[in-house]
Amino acid sequence: MTERKTSPEQGDALSPSKGRRIRVLVAKPGLDGHDRGAKVVARALRDAGMEVIYTGLRQTPEMIAEAALQEDVDAVGISILSGAHMALLPRVIELLRANGQEGVKIFLGGIIPDEDVPILKKMGVAGIYGPGTSTDDIVRDVRKAVLAEK
Amino acid sequence: MTLVDSALAGDRLALSRLLTQVENDTAEGRAALDSLFPHTGQAHLIGVTGAPGTGKSSLVNQLALHYRRQTTKRVAILAVDPSSPFTGGALLGDRVRMRDLSGDADVFIRSMATRGTLGGLAHATAAMSQVFDAAGYEIVFIETVGAGQAEVDIARLAHTTLVVEAPGFGDDIQAIKAGILEIADILVVNKADQPGVENTERALRGMLELAHPVRRVFQHHGKVEIVDAPGKSSDNLWIPPILRTIATQATGFGELAEAIARHREYLRQSGDWSRRERARLEREVDMLIQETLASQFRAAIQASYYDEVLGKVFAHQLSPWEAVKALLNGRQA
Repeated sequence: MTERKTSPEQGDALSPSKGRRIRVLVAKPGLDGHDRGAKVVARALRDAGMEVIYTGLRQTPEMIAEAALQEDVDAVGISILSGAHMALLPRVIELLRANGQEGVKIFLGGIIPDEDVPILKKMGVAGIYGPGTSTDDIVRDVRKAVLAEK
Repeated sequence: MTLVDSALAGDRLALSRLLTQVENDTAEGRAALDSLFPHTGQAHLIGVTGAPGTGKSSLVNQLALHYRRQTTKRVAILAVDPSSPFTGGALLGDRVRMRDLSGDADVFIRSMATRGTLGGLAHATAAMSQVFDAAGYEIVFIETVGAGQAEVDIARLAHTTLVVEAPGFGDDIQAIKAGILEIADILVVNKADQPGVENTERALRGMLELAHPVRRVFQHHGKVEIVDAPGKSSDNLWIPPILRTIATQATGFGELAEAIARHREYLRQSGDWSRRERARLEREVDMLIQETLASQFRAAIQASYYDEVLGKVFAHQLSPWEAVKALLNGRQA
């Protein structure tokens, strides 16, 4: 095989130990229909050279875990604006672990009250992002968390 | 247990990880393909192609649902979307239309990016379909990128190719151009509740009437070989049927599944099934030889010499052909 040539801009998107692109599932569980944020983040991750699997609206935790399994993703990004995060997130985490995907990094975006942040982080959420977050920060965190794992 | 054993035993996470290894063309992935190969050759590979927005993903969703309700067959879906030529990133969105299939353990959907391959599929699509085949998925759908006129690789991979059209996508001149319409084993006019469906269907029918009798073209030892329509009698020809569907309303899928079954039967009886299989495997070996030779050659040649020759091409002192000769002979240009 010829070596994969990458420009410096995209070099980071490859995790060197596995010779693969970072794959991220972006999902929107629950009943709120505001998917603008999820789409902006999906686009930013794509532009950073990652392969983003977008699932669309109104996913159940079961659907998210199933998609993560079939797509063999490195990270799952979840967007919730309805306030249901304390119900939905633990279930997603539980299902991912039950499937043997405890290594998958979980990121959360949306309207998350400050008092919930430490609880969610303790559950294993790698990053939590509210309105106004720069997409550069999200890209950097996802890349760092995924590459650290390998 | 190795990943291969686990995948063959029905472990879906193992299967998923195996697909990643194959997609990334790792040493482990190649070894897995070697040991899986004897288990392949059972699945019916059904290609689904057509322009962006004609409803390919929704159609695959409904067809897969139909198979799951009417049969006990396990269904795999390989959905290909394009990679960005600039960043290499990709947004794979075919699952959005396939949510009805969620929760069925006998359906496996895998999205993949083209990673720079043209022709409507990714480099690893064929190999990944073999993994599904070996793992016991009897129906494997391969959904191409939104295809224009020349993304026809799917016809070389799939046993049955569906070309999906929708009303309002061009007139009868588009329909007689070479390329994507020629590869159809079944033509589907989706969104058949939209205005203009009669015109689309008429244009396609006109195209078919001009085209027949069909002769099949194969690659044989790197040469193009034309195989006459079997028997040359019109009762033994496969004439692509034109079927209407409305994927959003689940209309027309019984008929479509019947047409797919008829095509499979036709392939078996006419001998085209094994002919296509043979052509596909020959092409695969051919391509692997080319890749292996090219990479061996590149490994053997000194980078400085390579750069030097390329520099002369850039300075217009050598033509590209002369450069190739110089590099292959290994002498100074």
